[in-house]
Amino acid sequence: MQQLYSFVRKEFYHVFRDSKTLLMLFGLPIAQILLFGFALTNEIKNANIVVCDYANDNVSNELITQIAHSNNFTLAKIIHTQTEIEAAFEEGDIKLVLVFPNNFAQDLYHQGEAAVQIIADASDPNTATTLTAYAQNIIRDYQQQIQRSAPQVLSIIPQVRMLYNPELKGATNFVPGLIALVMLLICVLMTSVSIVREKEMGTMEILLVSPTNPLVVIIAKALPYFFLSLLNLTIVLLMSVWLLGISINGSLLLLYFVSSIFILCALSLGLLISNIAASQQAAMLISLMGMLLPTVMFSGFMFPIENMPVPLQIVSNIVPSKWFYIIVKDIMIKGTGFAAIWKEVLILSFMTLFLLAVSFKKFKIRLS
Amino acid sequence: MKIIKVLLIKEFKQIFRNKSLLPMIFVMPIIQLLVMPLAADYTIKNINIAVVDHDRSAQAKMLLDKITASGYFRLVDYGNNYKQAYTLIESDKADLIIEIPHNFEKDLLREGQQQLLIAVNAINGMKATIGASYVSAIIAAYNQNLLAQINTIGAKPSFINVISNNWYNIFMRYQIFMVPGILVIFVTMVGAYMCSLNIVKEKEIGTIEQINVTPIKKYHYILGKLIPFWIIGVVIFSIGFFGVAYWVYGIVPLGNVLLLYGYLAVYLVALLGFGLLISTYADTQQQAMSVAFFFMMIFILMSGLFTPIEAMPAWAKAIAHFNPVTYFIEVMRMIVLKGSGFYNIRTHFLVIIGFAFLFNFWAIWNYKKTSG
Amino acid sequence: MSPKETVISVQHLTKKFGDFFAVYNISFEVYKGEIFGFLGANGAGKTTAIRMLCGLSVPTSGVAQVAGFDVYKDTEKIKANIGYMSQKFSLYEDLTVLENIRFFGGIYGLSGKKLQAQTTNLLEKLALAPHKNKLVASLPLGWKQKLAFSIAIIHEPVIVFLDEPTGGVDPITRRQFWDLIYEAADRGITVFVTTHYMDEAEYCHRVSMMVDGKIAALDTPAHLKNQYKVASMDDVFYQLARAAQRTE
Repeated sequence: MQQLYSFVRKEFYHVFRDSKTLLMLFGLPIAQILLFGFALTNEIKNANIVVCDYANDNVSNELITQIAHSNNFTLAKIIHTQTEIEAAFEEGDIKLVLVFPNNFAQDLYHQGEAAVQIIADASDPNTATTLTAYAQNIIRDYQQQIQRSAPQVLSIIPQVRMLYNPELKGATNFVPGLIALVMLLICVLMTSVSIVREKEMGTMEILLVSPTNPLVVIIAKALPYFFLSLLNLTIVLLMSVWLLGISINGSLLLLYFVSSIFILCALSLGLLISNIAASQQAAMLISLMGMLLPTVMFSGFMFPIENMPVPLQIVSNIVPSKWFYIIVKDIMIKGTGFAAIWKEVLILSFMTLFLLAVSFKKFKIRLS
Repeated sequence: MKIIKVLLIKEFKQIFRNKSLLPMIFVMPIIQLLVMPLAADYTIKNINIAVVDHDRSAQAKMLLDKITASGYFRLVDYGNNYKQAYTLIESDKADLIIEIPHNFEKDLLREGQQQLLIAVNAINGMKATIGASYVSAIIAAYNQNLLAQINTIGAKPSFINVISNNWYNIFMRYQIFMVPGILVIFVTMVGAYMCSLNIVKEKEIGTIEQINVTPIKKYHYILGKLIPFWIIGVVIFSIGFFGVAYWVYGIVPLGNVLLLYGYLAVYLVALLGFGLLISTYADTQQQAMSVAFFFMMIFILMSGLFTPIEAMPAWAKAIAHFNPVTYFIEVMRMIVLKGSGFYNIRTHFLVIIGFAFLFNFWAIWNYKKTSG
Repeated sequence: MSPKETVISVQHLTKKFGDFFAVYNISFEVYKGEIFGFLGANGAGKTTAIRMLCGLSVPTSGVAQVAGFDVYKDTEKIKANIGYMSQKFSLYEDLTVLENIRFFGGIYGLSGKKLQAQTTNLLEKLALAPHKNKLVASLPLGWKQKLAFSIAIIHEPVIVFLDEPTGGVDPITRRQFWDLIYEAADRGITVFVTTHYMDEAEYCHRVSMMVDGKIAALDTPAHLKNQYKVASMDDVFYQLARAAQRTE
């Protein structure tokens, strides 16, 4: 026990005396929470649009004013010829062009129907879809306004209720994913690199020839990162609650319990990588390319898994963070209890046991 | 010149001799580039709906048919119990609930108005917005139909028909948008990491000391480091651009490829300057990695690759504009997807040249200081 | 060595890190073709002094000239005229013997026939010709050290600085290493060497002893033994180093 204590203390010294590593350990999660919470949303505000107004009548003017006053759009320019549209797009900062044809108001009132053309810069399909939806909503509202004056309305009015996230914050989606990402980063990347570093420097041999049990050496290497991960989890949770206004709906105890399993899983991955990698550079690249990117891609927090081709959907099942992400989302946001997530927890536990077993086995082989 | 040649030969030998690093440099980015765009598809399709129908009338049935026929939605449950539908949302089997109240048809015809509840799982805000907006649009169209049926005579319904066109990417293929951006990320990561780590490694082992006592000039040494990684950057870009983007995804650049390479050339100088800068501040590879990773993460997230810059608040936009990655991704998309010419990207050129000077001079200044 | 030509001259050289005087007010001269031993306990300031003389570190005060060039202004000219080798690092381990020779030769501006001749000569002298395509990492330490020394003088510098060149090497290899040093000195290359081995100190023409950043003694080994009335350099070192305030 005394030995373990002195080893763990040494590891903490390493970590806390290195300001640049601390930047990674604590600066990154905090920066990410801030960015994801406040900067990275898909809700687009003040997108620059151009209106090509051939009509220039009261209806088109009314609609243009409504669009210009909406939070989503900023009216950059009103143009009057088709050729100017292309020029506007090529400059790059115009995402949408609205075209009102000649005799717009006349058609609307006398033919009962008039057409508006929306041209979106679909080189970014997401922005295009979103902006088109915004513009359609404004036009639809306007239409309902003018129809209200007509008698004998027959209409179905949809009442939309946003569950779990009534204000449509992006953070609700990102925070659980971020927790998974941060833990993985600390445990896999930092652990594997710090072990390989000791190998490279030759200090690992000194530790291994000391009368300490090799297992203690490894546990001592892993333990500080275990606690640092829990500390980071706490920081991320506190920031989510205080800064982003996300409430934790489920059991905090359950959340920490599942997180501990996930941390163990990530630590054994880090250990495994440190066994394979010969140099710090290699350890880092394996961790980054082999662990981090798949996590970002396949855990479901950045990209919807149901949109992927079937083979990739199958691959996503072996990524531990996917299961962890589902669990955290369920506990934090939906507030579900253990009964709803026991299956995911079980899968994660099995993965952890498997990885722990493999990494210890590998470690022993290297020793003998 | 002769000394630079000697340095270059040494660097290339070391890079190509490193059997664990080489596949990482060349193969991994290519595999990622192949897989990632397939995964990174935000297009909202297959929204799973659960319908709670308390009415079961002809009118309700017709409306539901319209919704399921739109192609965006997949009916996963049809029942008359809201609680049951809600459990489907809880277990992620359904994304959206449509609840049709009792006497829906009767009230609609008698009172001329009827409400309908749509409950959306809004954890993913964007998906929720678009899903709800699709349903609303279908209902609005359905309303028009109803009106048209009834108002055959009498007042005109005043209907604004919205026709939407998608330029530059008519089929809304997400890959066309993502591949060029992801390519930029890989060039950036390989460039900045490899360059900073390589120099710090010489610091850690101590070989840099040996170099410092030789008469070679600082700029010789720096050029000797920058040129190999510049070439590797260009090679990776070319493989990704012609091998993956063109052959696999069929992305044909609309604009001038030479212009693109011109931009890449300057961009790499700026980026390697950044790697150099990190290496002057870091003493160990772990530090270099931590610092490089910290900035790369922010650069990538703030580059507009995954979420549009238009959606950012003003302060975040400011950060995005201090981010060299943003500019290259924009240029890439402008040249490849829209065929923009030099005139359109002139400011981008100026900015990246500015970055190149800033990073490199800062790095050289700091480099002198540390060895002084 | 009758007409003494000075190649290193140091007067009142001082290096201060914050409040700490790593090197305080040292003065000495080294002559052409001499083997100059630079001794001292760990932390006495040897490495700092060498770094200043090699142009790696700027002195806080004092005057020093190496190969006739000023250590403040002409560091680049100094670098062209010196060789340097340390125990910590010598060569690129992931390059072969031949590649290391060519690389450092190229850096010192050797090329074509001259580089070719030097390379052949060097490989022959060290009996490394059969191993020229092996990675340096695979060589035994002693070979690495000899190769590193030969490469450090490949450009025939005026002075070569050796910072604990024989650390961790067996006695036979050390002996061979000193043969190389004598050979270089005979050719007129001045050797400036730091060491922990007192038997090696006996090989030097003159030795200086650094204690707490200052030079405590400077003379030939024979004179020093006389002065302190002891039998070996070991005892001289012990007497002087015992008085040190600084320890590691």
